[in-house]
Amino acid sequence: MRRFLWLFIGVLMTLTGVQAATVRVAVAANFSAPMQKLAQAFEEESGHKAVLAFGSTGNFYAQIRNGAPYEVLLAADDETPLKLENEGLGVAGSRFTYATGRLVLWSSQPRLVDDRGEVLRAGSVKRLAMANPKLSPYGLAAQEVMTRLGVLSELQARIVQGENIAQAYQFVATGNAPLGFVALSQVSLDGRMPQGSGWLVPAALHTPIRQDGLLLSPGKGKPAALALMAFLKSARALALIRSHGYEF
Amino acid sequence: MAMSSEALAAVRLTLVLAASTTALLLLLATPLAWWLSQTSSRWRAPVNALVTLPLVLPPTVLGFYLLVALGPQGPLGQFTQALGWGVLSFTFTGLLIGSVLFSLPFAVQPIQHAFEAIGQRPLEVAATLRARPLDAFFSVALPLARPGILTAAILSFSHTVGEFGVVLMIGGNIPGQTRVVSTLIYGHVEAMEYTQAHALAGGMLLFSFVVLLGLSLMKKRRARVLP
Repeated sequence: MRRFLWLFIGVLMTLTGVQAATVRVAVAANFSAPMQKLAQAFEEESGHKAVLAFGSTGNFYAQIRNGAPYEVLLAADDETPLKLENEGLGVAGSRFTYATGRLVLWSSQPRLVDDRGEVLRAGSVKRLAMANPKLSPYGLAAQEVMTRLGVLSELQARIVQGENIAQAYQFVATGNAPLGFVALSQVSLDGRMPQGSGWLVPAALHTPIRQDGLLLSPGKGKPAALALMAFLKSARALALIRSHGYEF
Repeated sequence: MAMSSEALAAVRLTLVLAASTTALLLLLATPLAWWLSQTSSRWRAPVNALVTLPLVLPPTVLGFYLLVALGPQGPLGQFTQALGWGVLSFTFTGLLIGSVLFSLPFAVQPIQHAFEAIGQRPLEVAATLRARPLDAFFSVALPLARPGILTAAILSFSHTVGEFGVVLMIGGNIPGQTRVVSTLIYGHVEAMEYTQAHALAGGMLLFSFVVLLGLSLMKKRRARVLP
């Protein structure tokens, strides 16, 4: 009987050993904080391990096209996953929006930014940081907002561009630019803004900042990759993503 | 090959930045290299290490510290604001400061080695001919160190052309002011505009090769002249 039990345990361990696989995920840098927590929760729930690589979506695109072994891509935009799917490098029909970003006009100084963004019209803005609109959907959204408000041409000469939203945040956080357009996920903590002043830009003023995920060809039919794709749509994951300042 | 106005502006800015950096570096590095080659002060080793630091530091480290230092709360930023120059990050002057720091070892080391190679003898001879130290420096040491100074100039120039991390950190990608060739290439690659990226990257490759080829041909010729 005892021997039987050990055998049973042995078989069980072998089985779970086979099931607990790893999935290699390429993650947009702006999603690194929530993704680390998500990976932990995913591991607890499924037993699979998610190996994360953080970087810029443009770089990931170049790497994936050249044979990088990522199984899942969580991009910073919705164009790159679409492009990869059309090029046959992703699994058709697996694309979905895992998070939608919100834009904030933010300053590390308290009271500098009012809650309606009137500061953009005040003419006192010395430098305004934003992400490069060619590279980042947050940058593109910021450009749309300023165009809508009719302040873009006036502010143009004072705009400094970061290569991504992380750099735009860095410019503002270090005070090199007194204010700038950043992501809500960078400045909010559980629905509050612990530092500085900001204006949560109404989502109606710009194209939605959709961050899409895609199951890449190397992940096709792999249990760990499929489990992660499913987990990202689960209620637990959505709550975690939301608490980091993203919406759906 | 037709170049876009965007690319032309970046090329022009890169060349202006590299030329200004080189000029400034030669003015700064020559006395510094002279001091390092002559002194027996206990400050020699720390200063030497400090000058060499940009050679081993990742440009992102240098760029990040510069961003913090040049910012309104940083020591350099408070200094420049007190002088009425404002905050220098995202300006050409800010880039110039970053480039000078970044290429400092590339200017100091060849000149220092050239001064050291002269040895004490020619200077002693000059002294016996009643040349004052400053006179000896300008009429003996400097001409003898000319190959080293030329190497320093070429290396500073090409190293500034190839500079990327520092510019990325403190530049802000402003056309005509802080958008240089290397950051423009990066932007093209990120935006998946591979054709434009190829044109500029190929040009950069060719430029670097020609510079290094010229440098080694020059050294070979010099070796033949001075056995």
